[in-house]
Amino acid sequence: MIRLEDTSGGAVAAAIAAERHRMGSPATGMVLTLLILSDEETQADATAAAVHAARQHPMRIVTLIPRASSKPSRIDAEVSVGGDDGPGEVAVIRLRGDRAEHANSVAIPLLLSDTPVIAYWPHESPDVPDADPIGRHAQRRITDAATAEDPVGELRRRRDGYRPGDTDLTWTRLTPWRTVLASMLDRPYGHITSASVHAEDGNPSALLLKLWLHHTLKVPVSLEVSTAPGISEVRLTTPEGDLVAARDGEAEGHLSRPGFPDARIAIHRRNLAELLSEELRRLDPDELFGEVLKLVPDA
Amino acid sequence: MSRIRPEHRLENPLRSTLDQRVPRVAGPCGIVLFGVTGDLSRKKVMPAIYDLANRGLLPPGFALVGFARRDWEDEDFAQLVHDSVREHSRTPFREEVWKQLSEGIRFVEGDLGDADAYARLKGVVDDLDATRGTGGNHAFYLSIPPGLFPVVLENLKASGLAEDHPDRWRRVVIEKPFGHDLESAIALNDLVDSVFPPGAVFRIDHYLGKETVQNILAVRFANTMFEPLWNAHYVDNVQITMAEDIGIAGRAGYYDGIGAARDVIQNHLLQLLALTAMEEPLTLTPGDVRIEKEKVLRAVTLPREIGKHSSRGQYAEGWQGGLPVRGYLEEDGVSPESATETYAAMRVDIDNRRWAGVPFYLRTGKRLGRRVTEVAVVFKRAPHLPFSESMIQELGNNAFVFRIQPDEGITVRFGSKVPNTTTGQVRDVNMDFQYGESFVDSSPEAYERLILDVLLGDPPLFPRREEVEIAWQILDPVLDYWADHGRPEQYASGGWGPESSYDMIARDGRMWRRP
Repeated sequence: MIRLEDTSGGAVAAAIAAERHRMGSPATGMVLTLLILSDEETQADATAAAVHAARQHPMRIVTLIPRASSKPSRIDAEVSVGGDDGPGEVAVIRLRGDRAEHANSVAIPLLLSDTPVIAYWPHESPDVPDADPIGRHAQRRITDAATAEDPVGELRRRRDGYRPGDTDLTWTRLTPWRTVLASMLDRPYGHITSASVHAEDGNPSALLLKLWLHHTLKVPVSLEVSTAPGISEVRLTTPEGDLVAARDGEAEGHLSRPGFPDARIAIHRRNLAELLSEELRRLDPDELFGEVLKLVPDA
Repeated sequence: MSRIRPEHRLENPLRSTLDQRVPRVAGPCGIVLFGVTGDLSRKKVMPAIYDLANRGLLPPGFALVGFARRDWEDEDFAQLVHDSVREHSRTPFREEVWKQLSEGIRFVEGDLGDADAYARLKGVVDDLDATRGTGGNHAFYLSIPPGLFPVVLENLKASGLAEDHPDRWRRVVIEKPFGHDLESAIALNDLVDSVFPPGAVFRIDHYLGKETVQNILAVRFANTMFEPLWNAHYVDNVQITMAEDIGIAGRAGYYDGIGAARDVIQNHLLQLLALTAMEEPLTLTPGDVRIEKEKVLRAVTLPREIGKHSSRGQYAEGWQGGLPVRGYLEEDGVSPESATETYAAMRVDIDNRRWAGVPFYLRTGKRLGRRVTEVAVVFKRAPHLPFSESMIQELGNNAFVFRIQPDEGITVRFGSKVPNTTTGQVRDVNMDFQYGESFVDSSPEAYERLILDVLLGDPPLFPRREEVEIAWQILDPVLDYWADHGRPEQYASGGWGPESSYDMIARDGRMWRRP
């Protein structure tokens, strides 16, 4: 790792290139640039997750940490290229004092030419990510409403500020559930009359799951409070009986449907790296997310 | 208000073409595995099944039935699967996934020729349908020597296990070799077709499941800058290489009598040739791609004098990478008289407008310099070079290389000025694109992809009967010629093949690329 003190965006880019050169491979195969906007508290986890995801999506990771209250006003950076963690390039940049307002000007020289840019706010995010100076570079903008104090309120804010290309990890977390439910309906299932989602109180993913089910099945879907962490059960009611997908423990669950013995399923909660990997797989707008987000009701 | 329009809807309301995330999961089904203790089963098939389960791509209630002549209970077979998964799976081992999978594991003991055993198998399969909800959908995976196919297929038919039914499917998966010449391939295909309808036969050529092989079509047909050069105007020759650094590694029983050409050229290399040389298909649907592949394979011709344009050899005792290695004829289980080739190279031509006059050189061998598979499109020299002779002495032909494995990616080779030399010399440089996935355990392995496609009933990556038979038609005259003319030449282990392979390409005024 290289430390750069009192530096600039251009100098960081030059340091990455020099390090690449020193390693004997100046040509890079990076497929995208990921800009992470974070505070000190979340930056380490977010960067580590991105580094992990870079094993699947070789990329340049630029973590920008604005620290307006830190003096003197200057930019410090840590740069690492390649290594045991994966092939990616990582720059963690602290913007102190008045520099905190100018993350965008630091980011510009660090964007890889002519490849996609993704922006990720692991914690606090702007009202309209697409209108944010950093977000404007990005064709996909990742937020995480679950980290807010009022996650469901945050989803409303996401809804109001939504532009195509926005995505939120509360939606990403649902993919295993949605996959299990979709595969349940790959088999003949009768007529679904209503459905319910059981989850801990105020779980934003559970709300999105409810809205998605309502949107696709066109039946009333209720949201029931349960004590288990996260989402614990989804129930689709038919005249012949209920189709149920349930989580029984940390990573296990079962499916039951009328006329068949229960089947065990594995449904583990994925870590941040896995979520980011999923996000980076497709870089075009997630229209379905946009549709579902629109249905988030007012308080 | 909603933009999810009716036309986006599939039959399942929870599946939508707008959905970027929910993967296609195989419907209710199971696999019946014949040849459970073989290398392929343990190292590839079982781990791939686990990895699919781990990725959530297998249906709940999925079943895996082993069939073998062993005095085993379900648990013994489950243990075998468990051990091979622990040793060879690519994704992390997770107890809960294993529990889900192991609940559906069954074992049927019996001889491959024993009708009663198939009756028991049918009982087990029916029971799974009732208790696990496999829905009558089963794939029979024949991971057994092809000599045993007839007895298994006949019994599957006689027992009613292969029976076609409108609301369920039965499929069969077979591995290469698909016969040992055209005649035997036709016989095998006739046999398989007599038991299963053509759409239910999945021939696994695991190369076609590789991301990099699929990428050949993407690179050719999604870009503008390569295809204009992809013809006889600009291409001098194409070299398709699959080299292994290992010997036959204890597989004498399989390999001896088969040899490099049947083992590799007939399937992998001719498939790579087809993808490299085919015309643009109307669409990338399986039917359209096959039409083009078959068309270009039909246009393949052999040189008139096969002896001058082909080469074969056997690796000799020697040194490889600094270690002493045995020669082929000294390997356990190989007759000292064996005439089986461990190296095969041949020139073919493609008789169409695009490729007239462009030789395609195919080569494969064991105990070569390093393990590498690649397709190299070697371009002609520029028609005029405004440099002095000394400046371009070191300049070779431009080349575009699909690196299939290892180190998957693309290399482009072109001339560039050497900096700081007073002479201004122009020399070859390589530009590399690395496939990120190459070092990632999380990208699906070829077998995963193919097994999932079998269960989804998605056939684009499986060679059809016609392709197999055309490939034999191409290869048979070479095999016949070799059978009648002498023996394979000994070649030094750890190098790039016999002298005759250098001679055959030098005769055309060309050189092998060092892969």
